[in-house]
Amino acid sequence: MIKFVLMVNRQGQTRLSRYYHSVELSRRAALEADVVRYCLSRKKDQCSFVEYKDFKLVYRQYAALYIVVGITDSENELSIYELVHNFVEVLDKYFSRIMFNLDRVHIILDEMIQNGHIVETNKSRILAPLTTIDKMVDS
Amino acid sequence: MSDVVEKTLTALPSLLSLDSHPGSAKLSSTSKLGNLIRGITELTSKHEEEKLIQHELLAIKEQVSSPNTTMRQMKELMVRSIYCEMLGYEASFSYIHAIKLAQQGTVLEKRVGYLAVSLFLNESHELLLLLVNTVLKDLQSTNLIEVCMALTVVSQMFPKDMIPAILPLVEEKLNHPKEIIRRKAVLALYKFYLIAPNQVQHIHNKFRKALCDKDPGVMTASLHIYLQMIQENPEAYKDLTPSFVTILKQVVGGKLPMDFNYHTVPAPWLQIQLLRILSLLGKNDQSTSEVMYEVLDESLQRAEMNHNITYAILYECVKCIYTIHPKSDLLEKAAKCIGNFVLSPKINLKYLGLKALTYVVQQDPKLALQHQMTIIECLDHPDLIIKRETLELLFRITNGQNVTVIVEKMLEFLCISEDDHTTIDLVGKVAELAEKYPLKYNEWFIETMNTVFSLGGDMMQPDIPNSFLKLLSEGFDSVEEDRKLRLFAVNSYIPLLRGEPGKLPQRFLQVISWVLGEYSHLREDLEPAEVLSLLAKLLDMKNSSSETKSWVLMAMTKLCKGGADASVTQEVSETYSSSLDTVLRQRAHELQYLSQDPELRARVLPRGAKPETLEVDSSLSFLDRFVSEALAAGAAPYKPPHQRQEELDQSKALSLEPYGLSLPISMSSCSITDRQSPTLLSMSSGLSGDTLKLDGIKRVWGREGYLAQREPVEEAAQVEVPSPIQSPGRQGEGDSLHSQTPTQTPTPEPEQEKQQLASSLFVGLASQSSVSLMGKSEPMPQRFRRKAKGQGLGSSFIANEQISSSLISPPSAVDNLLCNNLLDSNNASELAEQTSQLSQSLTTANGTCHAEAELTESDTKGCNPALRRDNCVVAAGPGPHNDPGRLTEVCLDSYLPAELSGLSHSEIAPLCANQSLNLSACHVQKEDSLILVVFIMNSSESAIQQIPAGEVTSYSVAVGQYSLTVKRPAVHVEVVGTVSYQLPAGTSQSLQFSYKVPLTSFIRPFVVSTEEYGTMWLSFSHDTKQNLTLINDNQEPLTATLNALKKKLQLHVVEVIGMEGIVACRLLQDLPCLMHCRVNAGWLAVWLRSPVPDLPDCLIYHCQRALQSL
Repeated sequence: MIKFVLMVNRQGQTRLSRYYHSVELSRRAALEADVVRYCLSRKKDQCSFVEYKDFKLVYRQYAALYIVVGITDSENELSIYELVHNFVEVLDKYFSRIMFNLDRVHIILDEMIQNGHIVETNKSRILAPLTTIDKMVDS
Repeated sequence: MSDVVEKTLTALPSLLSLDSHPGSAKLSSTSKLGNLIRGITELTSKHEEEKLIQHELLAIKEQVSSPNTTMRQMKELMVRSIYCEMLGYEASFSYIHAIKLAQQGTVLEKRVGYLAVSLFLNESHELLLLLVNTVLKDLQSTNLIEVCMALTVVSQMFPKDMIPAILPLVEEKLNHPKEIIRRKAVLALYKFYLIAPNQVQHIHNKFRKALCDKDPGVMTASLHIYLQMIQENPEAYKDLTPSFVTILKQVVGGKLPMDFNYHTVPAPWLQIQLLRILSLLGKNDQSTSEVMYEVLDESLQRAEMNHNITYAILYECVKCIYTIHPKSDLLEKAAKCIGNFVLSPKINLKYLGLKALTYVVQQDPKLALQHQMTIIECLDHPDLIIKRETLELLFRITNGQNVTVIVEKMLEFLCISEDDHTTIDLVGKVAELAEKYPLKYNEWFIETMNTVFSLGGDMMQPDIPNSFLKLLSEGFDSVEEDRKLRLFAVNSYIPLLRGEPGKLPQRFLQVISWVLGEYSHLREDLEPAEVLSLLAKLLDMKNSSSETKSWVLMAMTKLCKGGADASVTQEVSETYSSSLDTVLRQRAHELQYLSQDPELRARVLPRGAKPETLEVDSSLSFLDRFVSEALAAGAAPYKPPHQRQEELDQSKALSLEPYGLSLPISMSSCSITDRQSPTLLSMSSGLSGDTLKLDGIKRVWGREGYLAQREPVEEAAQVEVPSPIQSPGRQGEGDSLHSQTPTQTPTPEPEQEKQQLASSLFVGLASQSSVSLMGKSEPMPQRFRRKAKGQGLGSSFIANEQISSSLISPPSAVDNLLCNNLLDSNNASELAEQTSQLSQSLTTANGTCHAEAELTESDTKGCNPALRRDNCVVAAGPGPHNDPGRLTEVCLDSYLPAELSGLSHSEIAPLCANQSLNLSACHVQKEDSLILVVFIMNSSESAIQQIPAGEVTSYSVAVGQYSLTVKRPAVHVEVVGTVSYQLPAGTSQSLQFSYKVPLTSFIRPFVVSTEEYGTMWLSFSHDTKQNLTLINDNQEPLTATLNALKKKLQLHVVEVIGMEGIVACRLLQDLPCLMHCRVNAGWLAVWLRSPVPDLPDCLIYHCQRALQSL
């Protein structure tokens, strides 16, 4: 199961966070800082999976941006690692035209992951609701 | 590999840092957020950030509450609030506005409103109730995108209690022409299943429809539900195996549309999901596993492309192959596949390979031998996670011969690990291993545990010191060994106390004091006075906790003998007899008295006493009198914490709950104690067992386990396994497949070290693997070896014996009707596929079933379990009907036993038939029991023996009756049985049948007074609430509805007061269920309570059905 998805920059600032289990607001910042510190401290040739407390982190770096996913031990790390890439490809496909914004990335993520489970991976289907909304707004 | 396809998405980071292009149309709305983000990025201190955000939040707050703010602006404000909350600053003022935005906004604004709600609120937030109406409206919208949004938010979060309000609408969407709506509806139902499985119990067949949906997306969505349900009860879904296999086959074969591909691999995540489902279904089930061998083989072959995602699939595939019933050529292929993983230079693959190997070695330890050099290399890997996973692997292959080396490696890791969680986990594992093999290496055991206690410190699980002490005190079979072990412990602790005890963790000090108190007398050259002064030193240390101090005082009490020790003990007891800590004070007084009275001390604390069995009255029944006196004196009855909490919640909650003043609570003391005792008694009987049970102590190392381990393992080891010095050669043979690995390492000397390490790590595995190889040719031992995993050689021998005996036993027990029960559900026909083996249905009956029916013989008093037919056979005369075709139409009514004929019985339903037998059954409701009557009709031309005893001549009917009771309620109870019989030719045969009885047949009225009802109500802990439809064709809807229910379900209406009514019933024999009904806004608000789990839920289902059918 997926516990959370984080997008952070190299300075350790959170760009996006989505939790699939309840974590108190007050504890999130500390958790995120911890998680980022873990991932940033790792070298390029090291494993992309890290053990953190009672769960695992899968992270992937895109230039200055890190995407970190927290998962339980029963999850398949490599499939999550590729899921991150799929997510990034979807973002790339969508935002090549429009400016990035927080809400739209969230909407895309909501199409892909719900309740900690992968619910859609087909790129065109992930984007279908959002592009429909865009068309309606434009018209 | 992945680099080939990995695109460096340089654009993305710049997008995220929001370098906006001025003049873009979209910017006006995001620029404020952009400014905020940029502002924060430039800041250097946390303090500045806080100031900036607080300022921002104030600005947002002002704007959201302004009436002039447009929805478009509101949307932009919400995004800014989301951003602030994401950074950890609460923006609770905006929650209500998020709900408003979802309600009033259009399209994108609405979506952002829903998004904000799902980010801001958690499932139990009360504001979520305000969203229900919006969701309802959007679900009914003609605009598809709005329906989509509503379904999305519902599948993320929805208040559990409001599910009935939208359930029909969501169900309706399952038939929507658009795939996206159907898909989202399935996901919404999945959410409902997660939070309130009972609410969607009735639509299981719709899940099946979704599974067969023509759109692959809808089918994929339904797999989430199935994975969940199969995890809970794999037996109920075995019939779907061929469907899952076919789906996987189609996916692997590339039958899905191209856009489901990810880097040319067809729907990889779907494949993974299916493989997980298959492994759950095929586990311990040969026939189901056989269905999937072919597709697994295909999956292994197809996934050849060198991409991460194919490895992810392969990993899942290998896991599946090793989980289901084994097939040798598949296992071979899977093992080869693991080789590709662990030998890969890619570190991510290596990691996953180790993880797979860790999983696999539990089934087949010899695989570790194949990869031993790789494992050794991974053990020294600079990346800690690889090292850690390797240790995990070694932990699984530990045996009596390699345990010291493996523990040493683990302790090494513990010294460098900084993560608390890892430390706790590893310390637990080391302790587990050490306790498994304590006797063989006395000194090693104590030393290892010393390291565990010093490294694990106070973080480790509290059961570790407990079980260590238990092990020491209970001892083993040899008195001499026990003495040695204890003496060694004492010997190792004395220098520690002489050194710097201040550095030792508290838990360790507690262990030390206990051991010294009990066993320091074993060391003859040690004066008790010295031990006492060492212990007294602990009391003076600043960082000693009061818990430790009380352990120390206890130890001193055991040691003091008067005389020279008197001064020390006197001083200590004086100091602490005035302590503020009551426990310490108590201990100090004990010390004082017992040190002055050696006789009393010898009686209270006898030296070397074996641990006695203690009986603990966990029901505290000895307090009953005190309780009843207190109650008689006017004290309030005890309420368990959850009930108090519930009542507290009710007083705060929005909904108006029943039970205000209408029901006087009985203050009569005796009725309360009467009512409470049974539950308490049943509690204590649940905790049966005479010995003191120390909760939470893992009994890693049981007596039997140990015995089984020692004798055969040692013997076998001596015979089969060469000594560690000889073993490298042997390992070399086993490693021939991967001989290139060693040659890669340049210097021969470290290589030799590694070889030696390998030989010590993997010693003992070879002998085990030889057994497994032998087992492979015959399926049975192989399968059993799996079950006996981790128990070593000896226990698997024992296991083999067990299976053989259990294989023999069934035929003798065949006579008994096997009672079984499968999951209720409405799709009975799909459940018809029954377990094929006798032994299997036995296990199901005792195992994971949702309900169990207990079969008793009603009218065969004093008989053996094998049912005597004589009493039951009513008519066995030669049948007048010579036409077999007509037999089925025979009026079986006439065969009903005379004593039952006057009672109402269900329709006699045919169960099953073969060429010689025809089975029918019905159930008869007696006042205090439910009788299952089985009609066995001989439709052949010859007489049949032994059904189960006696003879049934040609074309006649034998009748058996059995009284049924329900142990765990389910909506429908299913009885499964077998009739065994013998044809004249002498061949024994059996015929299986199953029969379904609705729970209502077990329900009887329960006559109680309103007072009794009131007290009972408070003591029942399982409840459920729901709104039911009222019957409105009458002047008094409440009475009419209650009467209808009474008639249909045999309930007892206790009292009706105004708009409220209370009703009681019982599940045979005497499991009560109380029902409170109140008319509220055109609905009947029903609240059910019972001490039996699931009973309220099942009953509410039947109430619903009963009212619908009117």
